[in-house]
Amino acid sequence: MTNTKTFNKEASILALQNLATQVRRDILRMVHGVKSGHPGGSLGCADFFVAMYFEILNHSPELFSMDGYGEDVFLLSNGHLSPAWYSVLARSEYFHTAELSTFRKLNSRLQGHPATQEGLPGIRIASGSLGQGLSVAIGIARAKKLNNGPNLVYVLMGDGETQEGQVWEAAMYAGAKKIDNLIAVVDYNKKQIDGDTDDVLPMGDMKAKWKSFGWKVLETNGNNMKGLLETLHKAIKATGKNIPVIILMKTEMGYGVDFMTGNYKWHGAPPNDEELANALSQLEETLGDY
Amino acid sequence: MQKNINQGNKDTRSGFGEALFELGKSSENVVALCADLTGSLKMDKFAGAFPDRFFQTGIAEANMMGIAAGLAIGGKIPFTGTFANFSTGRVYDQIRQSVAYSNKNVKICASHAGITLGEDGATHQIMEDIGLMKMLPNMVVINPCDFNQTRAATIASANHCGPVYLRFGRPKVPNFTPPDQKFEIGKAIVLKEGRDVSIFATGHLVWKALEAGEILFQKGIDAEIINLPTIKPLDGDSIMASILKTRCAVTAEEHQIFGGLGESISGLLARNFPTPLEMVGMYDLFGQSGTPAELLEKFGMGTNDIVSAVELVTARKHH
Repeated sequence: MTNTKTFNKEASILALQNLATQVRRDILRMVHGVKSGHPGGSLGCADFFVAMYFEILNHSPELFSMDGYGEDVFLLSNGHLSPAWYSVLARSEYFHTAELSTFRKLNSRLQGHPATQEGLPGIRIASGSLGQGLSVAIGIARAKKLNNGPNLVYVLMGDGETQEGQVWEAAMYAGAKKIDNLIAVVDYNKKQIDGDTDDVLPMGDMKAKWKSFGWKVLETNGNNMKGLLETLHKAIKATGKNIPVIILMKTEMGYGVDFMTGNYKWHGAPPNDEELANALSQLEETLGDY
Repeated sequence: MQKNINQGNKDTRSGFGEALFELGKSSENVVALCADLTGSLKMDKFAGAFPDRFFQTGIAEANMMGIAAGLAIGGKIPFTGTFANFSTGRVYDQIRQSVAYSNKNVKICASHAGITLGEDGATHQIMEDIGLMKMLPNMVVINPCDFNQTRAATIASANHCGPVYLRFGRPKVPNFTPPDQKFEIGKAIVLKEGRDVSIFATGHLVWKALEAGEILFQKGIDAEIINLPTIKPLDGDSIMASILKTRCAVTAEEHQIFGGLGESISGLLARNFPTPLEMVGMYDLFGQSGTPAELLEKFGMGTNDIVSAVELVTARKHH
């Protein structure tokens, strides 16, 4: 099992922040290297991925198993955040960081959107077509209960993704059936491809919506490592109480790079050479580039 | 050779329900999900006996497919149950990404397929489902012909590791295959040998093909009748062995001619041994309300339609 809980708290947060900075460099270099991919949401959620894989999840990178027996399971429903996920999977030793350079290229295990077909350790379901991950997470949570497994299932969704009807089918089911070994997280950056969610399709009072579907709702800032960790630990404490848990995690699309922050145009556009150099100059190479 | 005697009419969906209950008894890992059609799918016996392993999802088929994929990740063997229409077209993208592409061990069990659903009409009579499912990589497509075969196919599906689409129907139809049969996925079954024409049938139309065979025999045509319960993978060897003998073919299915068994066989023949072929099936139309027998006749999928197709194709045969 991997986690860094042996660190003292302050040092641990600093270490996680440094990791997130390196992950942001990885994300930018990956999408630049193939001139495609989705840097915006990936940068916004870098802190979250690092918190999950280096602090929260009980998991075994060296012994990855599809069924996830005896460990926590994480699913990425908004699969276009693959650069962030792949970087964190590599940095937590699911596979070698050198493989990050193959992202989106022919014969790579690092497909544009996460997939199981190529056998990349850490991936349990394909995602990319939106709205499906919460249902899959419920199924894994159900299987864990049948197996009397004490571990948790986590799933990250985009806020724009919750415009998909299936999300609400799953929300209704999890609330009604009291799926309480599940923590869902919404990347609440209020941006989607065509613009601000409030312009494309306003989603109203998200907190009230999830509450009315029978969920315990927590809120946090996903770009503040300390607060994020506190909320995640609070969410874990809230499991096992006959109610599913969701975190509305406010992030800034493109966080960490000044000219990308808060700009929906970086949802699915890679930086050019000049933009990459500018962006990397804002992010310290803390662990060594791949 | 089997005798093909009707042991009494029974619905294929009941064969599924019985086998699911048996599977529930024999394996702790078998779980079932249903989207508010437990009685129609004959899943109530499983649901009653194994309440912890039965998941009622309500009328939310997309969520049901996702939960099934998740249960499969967790080491379970999930069987989803709803009508064929809601098992395929309604949830195609969920099946494509979360089940087929992700290669999850989910058994998609679909009742009320085809026109013999009857009076509910075209909204519910899906005739495109075989095509939708056979196009998906990793997906096995099974369409058994009667109660006994549906029962055996359900058990075989559980023993196959990977996604399966298992299609069956609503009405009571002749139950004529052996009760103790062992179902082999991907194997055709010769029901009657013959030398003049090969009739390849699947699902409810297999019995019609047998009836047509008797009429043809009176007319001096010796038809070979082959039951193809597995549409994918297609048993090319058995099909070619028959064709090399008879040199012409008729396909019969309760499905659109586009995308069905006939299309698969025509492709196989075109690539290997171009042969005259006629298709009995739905010719690019939506159905309507009526009894199953009325609808099969109206839309050209009755016993006499198979006879006519044989007469057409034998006349076109290369000598």
